[in-house]
Amino acid sequence: MDVNLLKEKCTRVRKDVINLVTDAASGHPGGSLSATELFVAVFNTAMRIDPKNPHDPNRDRFVLSKGHCAPAYYATLCDLGFFSRDEYKHFRQLHGILQGHPDAKKVPGVDASTGSLGQGVSIATGMALGAKHAKNGVKVYTILGDGELQEGLVWEAAMAAAHYKLDNLTVIVDNNGLQIDGSNDEVMSVGNVAKKFEAFGFDVIELADGNDIEAVVEALAKPTTPGMPKCIVAHTVKGKGVSFMENQAGWHGKAPNEEQRAQALAELEG
Amino acid sequence: MADKKATRAAYGETLVKLAQTNDKIVVLDADLAEATTSKKFKEAYPDRFFDCGIAECNLVGMSAGLSTMGYIPFCSTFAIFGTGRAYEIYRNAVCYPKFNVKLCCTHAGITVGEDGGSHQAIEDIALMRVIPGNTVVVPADYNEAVKAIEAVSKMQGPAYVRLGRAPGEVLDDMPFELGKANVLRDGADVAVFACGYMVAEVLHAAETLAAEGKSVAVINVHTIKPIDEQTVMQYAQKCKNVVTVEEHSVIGGLGDAVAEVLMGKVDCKFKRIGVNDQFGQSGKYQDLLVEYGLDEKSVTDAIRAVL
Repeated sequence: MDVNLLKEKCTRVRKDVINLVTDAASGHPGGSLSATELFVAVFNTAMRIDPKNPHDPNRDRFVLSKGHCAPAYYATLCDLGFFSRDEYKHFRQLHGILQGHPDAKKVPGVDASTGSLGQGVSIATGMALGAKHAKNGVKVYTILGDGELQEGLVWEAAMAAAHYKLDNLTVIVDNNGLQIDGSNDEVMSVGNVAKKFEAFGFDVIELADGNDIEAVVEALAKPTTPGMPKCIVAHTVKGKGVSFMENQAGWHGKAPNEEQRAQALAELEG
Repeated sequence: MADKKATRAAYGETLVKLAQTNDKIVVLDADLAEATTSKKFKEAYPDRFFDCGIAECNLVGMSAGLSTMGYIPFCSTFAIFGTGRAYEIYRNAVCYPKFNVKLCCTHAGITVGEDGGSHQAIEDIALMRVIPGNTVVVPADYNEAVKAIEAVSKMQGPAYVRLGRAPGEVLDDMPFELGKANVLRDGADVAVFACGYMVAEVLHAAETLAAEGKSVAVINVHTIKPIDEQTVMQYAQKCKNVVTVEEHSVIGGLGDAVAEVLMGKVDCKFKRIGVNDQFGQSGKYQDLLVEYGLDEKSVTDAIRAVL
């Protein structure tokens, strides 16, 4: 897919994130903005999916392990036509399908219910194991946060992914360095993420700029070492694209006011 | 009722049988395949068995993922870990999206014996029962465990099956339908609702009390959720005295499930027999039953006291 088109999609997703969170007066903009290129690249260049047939058993699967970044997930799915934009006005509202955290029962294109950190990568590992066993060629992608790596379950799943040689699994770490209460290093150091995944038996690609869409697309397309699960450690900027949100832990789970919305949209439109 | 056999013994061998005609069944364990008896499945179908290592949270999380690929994962470990440590993964990754995972835990209750209180799950029924849409089954004996495992394999959605480590009496053959309690003995003076290994103890108690001229109805409530409200109501109304017996805390288990059905609807005397809000300890399982008032004599005395 043309790079300029992908960049346009990233801008659209970011604007949707700002609007979704502002309209709902709640939600998680910071990590949604840091992971935008990851979402757009995975869904538009890596996955074999058909928005008109979201339950195709042979579709590739995606699990948002950092489930709170649902706004960017929903914006990516909506852009592809998985559901109507009309759903946006019910985001985080009573009876809406777009729950605060992704609900597989409600949203076409959502393959697992997540939000409780650490679980998504475990579910994705089970999916990849099932796909291997069924020999159906299905690939599984999951995006994790770096703060999420503090959950022990992540490493239980990582061990299993390597043990079962799940080379159909791609784990992408949105390494923006921040979490709710501050930087990862202040709260609980996660250390060298790439080396940790390497030590667990992953084929690791580290991206110095995980907000560079071309680099992300290239990393996703790079063939995996047979028998090894793949991990892309993407160094990103929390709040990317909105000056007052960039690198601010405080925008992890806070909605902009109208004035801030206007400024954010203006900056994103460039 | 001479033979004794643990309900866990039904697990692996029943899955081996079911797997012959259902190629969607896969089994996951967490380094306890010998103890849970899933090893039998592992030996029969090595390519459909996945060990998760000593990692119960990932055991349940991976089962959720496998179910989305069209498989029917049976995951097994000890009840204390499967329903305790992995609780929130089972709640959120399996039950919340209604995934088709069967959590079958062995070593439930105090009859675990010598391993002691750290390994004796006395809260698992309560934890599992409170999750929306979860089915909770507690087989009374080996044969019922066979039928329960087959039944949950054929239903869609999450289910918890509670199995025991210690050998238990093998009862006369009983019909089995999920959600339908079995009246094993009719009676008019007191309705005793029991589950798991306690069913055998209660049947013996009923014999003893019959010799004393007391008419005791014994109802095997193998499905704690959804509970058979109709049978519970019917027997409470008929007998006006209700006793529940379970190898579980008196809080949150069968006793409370029965009480919830009857509350505000039936005027009756009500007594819950179980582990009285305390942890277990090491000991021979027979001695533990006596210590916690769950042996035949203690149960008989407790029922008699209600009359």
